[in-house]
Amino acid sequence: MNRDLLDQLFAEVRSSHRTALLPFMTAGLPSLSTSADLFVAMAEAGADAFEVGIPYSDPMMDGPTIQAGNQLALTGGVTVESGLAVVAEVVARTGKPALVMTYANPIFRIGPAHFARQCREAGACGVIVADLPLEEAAAIQEPIERHGLGMVLFAAPTATDARLEAIAGAGPMFIYGIADLGVTGERRRSSSHARELAARIRSVTDVPLVMGVGISTPDQARSLTGEADGIIVGSALVRRVLEAPDEPTAITEVRSAVADLAGALR
Amino acid sequence: MKLKRPDESGRFGEFGGRFAPETLIPALDQLAAAFEKAWDDEHFVDEYRRVLRDFVGRPTPLHEATRLSERLGVRILLKREDLAHTGAHKINNAVGQVMLARDMGKPRVIAETGAGQHGVATATAAAYFGLECDVYMGEVDIERQALNVHRMGMLGAEVIPVTSGAATLKDAVSEAMRDWVRTVETTHYVIGSVVGPHPFPWMVREFQKVIGEEALVQLGGTMPDDIVACVGGGSNAIGIFYPFAGLGPRLIGVEAAGLGIASGRHGASIGAGTPGILHGTKTYLLQDAEGQVLEAHSISAGLDYPGVGPEHAFFAETGIARYESATDEEALAALELLTRTEGIIPALEPAHAIAWIVREAEALAGRTVLVNLSGRGDKDVEQLARMEP
Repeated sequence: MNRDLLDQLFAEVRSSHRTALLPFMTAGLPSLSTSADLFVAMAEAGADAFEVGIPYSDPMMDGPTIQAGNQLALTGGVTVESGLAVVAEVVARTGKPALVMTYANPIFRIGPAHFARQCREAGACGVIVADLPLEEAAAIQEPIERHGLGMVLFAAPTATDARLEAIAGAGPMFIYGIADLGVTGERRRSSSHARELAARIRSVTDVPLVMGVGISTPDQARSLTGEADGIIVGSALVRRVLEAPDEPTAITEVRSAVADLAGALR
Repeated sequence: MKLKRPDESGRFGEFGGRFAPETLIPALDQLAAAFEKAWDDEHFVDEYRRVLRDFVGRPTPLHEATRLSERLGVRILLKREDLAHTGAHKINNAVGQVMLARDMGKPRVIAETGAGQHGVATATAAAYFGLECDVYMGEVDIERQALNVHRMGMLGAEVIPVTSGAATLKDAVSEAMRDWVRTVETTHYVIGSVVGPHPFPWMVREFQKVIGEEALVQLGGTMPDDIVACVGGGSNAIGIFYPFAGLGPRLIGVEAAGLGIASGRHGASIGAGTPGILHGTKTYLLQDAEGQVLEAHSISAGLDYPGVGPEHAFFAETGIARYESATDEEALAALELLTRTEGIIPALEPAHAIAWIVREAEALAGRTVLVNLSGRGDKDVEQLARMEP
């Protein structure tokens, strides 16, 4: 099954007591033709798996940086199909697990079953849908799992313990712990919520836990080693692409940032 | 209270629901519980009614538009929401939600606004109840509704310009949602229409249905043949439709046809859209084949929205109401007609409802049509003046 690659990563991470690095990057950045190169550079720099964003016009869970990345990718002509083609190339060239991240509307528009089949064909391990809470997840989770992929569910600092248990009980391939209140974006300080949420999730389930939102610096990443099976860094990397004067610089900058993050987790 | 529509998951048929980031779900649960309790609590309901009477000035009159009726050969009754405090129906909902925020112990409210009427209403209710208020407004709308921007400032609210996307209502809703994801522990989001994740479409309908309930009483047992209201998100329309649904009158929502449906530059989500998910709810929206949401266009900021309330999607699907549209040009002509025949300058939004009657006057001859005149036009005068040759 497609999901095996990521399940194996979590098994390895646990047996070696380390924390995996799962960088996020919007498909089609810095451009469609160089998008896979950027992921390959991240793999070489120490990324363990990838979250590949399919851009959406109204990303409610994302801050200004990833919004701008979405706009740039959409302007560059990225579609679900071409985004998943990037996923396929990334999986083929790196051999690392890739997750597809998007919002509910593009999936419902093309049909969850069709989307699930396309994700399977691209070699993706699982799917993350930013505006899909537990109560609405089934319509997408069911076809995703039928095609041998895993569904990621979110857990937020605002959730009760009972809700955390319900989320764990719904069978996610991992729980995406929302490390800070607010949308995606870089923060100066580490969130006070992150460690507490990680501990609360750990106390109710041993489903793999990956923390994201507001984690951007090596220090912030390091503060979560031992607390989670993995961390996601997105805005800090997308910003480097947006700020770079040209594509080679974008790739160099992202490679170096990922290397620093991976070093911090070792 | 057992919910019939929406159901417990916030569905109106297949529409509605709760497609919101997980961080917001506990707040939406809390809000649904707080609203359900308050709406069953006679102290809350008494206070709400008292504030609507003494502060808002309800009931608003039902006005026989004699000269317009003569002109069109259609008997036209106007529900005068333009006479509510702050100049539009938006205050009905703002008062209710700000009371709820107070009762939930949240010291701050935020709102989105397009035409500025909901922003002004929320700022007004926040001033009345002593809460802090920030309003998200697209830069384009700040430009075309400058008067309301000043009013919000005077009321102590901060207007936060939104520059993303087309910098209009859709983007203001997105930014308000993003603020709420960050501040949910201390802030209530006073959404301005019957849109958003459950419980908003239900709760806003409940706060707006006073419009139709009053009209039922004011009609004294008679029934109009048709009830017409403009539809952006659709809060004024649901407010007048809901109490009449199933009682006989035809319910007609008028969307913004902008520069014409064929031009692609319009706000007719039901008339020209497809089902999808926007701002937390499943409904009709303007989108491309990939599920990217398209920009709406309307001369009226309040109808410049690519989605619509999920209960309207349900009404359209089941035939409870039908949805038509009127262009920018037709709305402008209707605004002028109502102004000259009745001495009422309507907002550009309800001018769309009047415009549909003008276009259909022949087919409507001899019928009685109740129109929700959802707001007054003062806010649009500056924009209109700039358009004059």
